[in-house]
Amino acid sequence: MACFVVPVAEAVIATAAVQIAKKHEKSQEKLECKLPEGAVQAPEYKISVSRKISWLRNLLWGGVLLLAFEHLWHGELTPYFPFLTGATNAADAATMLHEMATVGVAMSLLVTAVWGVMLLAVKVKETKLSKEKEIRE
Amino acid sequence: MTLLISVFAAVISTVVWYFCAGRKKYCLNVLCYIFWGSSIMWFVDAVFEYAELKAAYFSPAPEDMLNDAFLGLSVVALGLIVWVIVLLIKDPNKVIRDALFNKKSK
Repeated sequence: MACFVVPVAEAVIATAAVQIAKKHEKSQEKLECKLPEGAVQAPEYKISVSRKISWLRNLLWGGVLLLAFEHLWHGELTPYFPFLTGATNAADAATMLHEMATVGVAMSLLVTAVWGVMLLAVKVKETKLSKEKEIRE
Repeated sequence: MTLLISVFAAVISTVVWYFCAGRKKYCLNVLCYIFWGSSIMWFVDAVFEYAELKAAYFSPAPEDMLNDAFLGLSVVALGLIVWVIVLLIKDPNKVIRDALFNKKSK
């Protein structure tokens, strides 16, 4: 009925987290000392935190977009207040809240778990590339 | 059916993203995020529906299946529309910029 509301909330938090991480990274860049002239910095196999969180944000917003359309298709979402048909009366509201607590939370958890697996795969790749670099040096 | 169609769309967009050299230029990751995100969410929906209906979940009424297939195709179309909008806004080949401003300068 309104299960996509939970991933929407997570997507909003992820969007804010990306912005905060970007700001933090910019301030860190300013603090870092500059290399002497002519020196070339070796490539680092590290992906920024903001980029990693942006993967979660994009997955969530992407899924939410199509899920919202599905709810519109089934008449569970309306373009006028209260926007969710489940919120019109108490009985429907209880069903809606139950669905949010079960399906909605499960959706958010699975998307986050998939993102976790992505991070793990990236971590393995980062370690592998750094080791290769060390051997070459 | 909607889940199946979105999973196919996700797999196809990922394969195109993997093999296309201009993946970043043409924002192919947008398609992957949209279709994978929705596939994961519909998978959860399907699991809960299966828990409720059991084996009946796999034998839907033809009318429901047709409606779901229609929804699945509409959802793919919406994903593609979003991608086209992102592509036109980013305008990697500067086609829109040239079309709008080069004529004026001539």
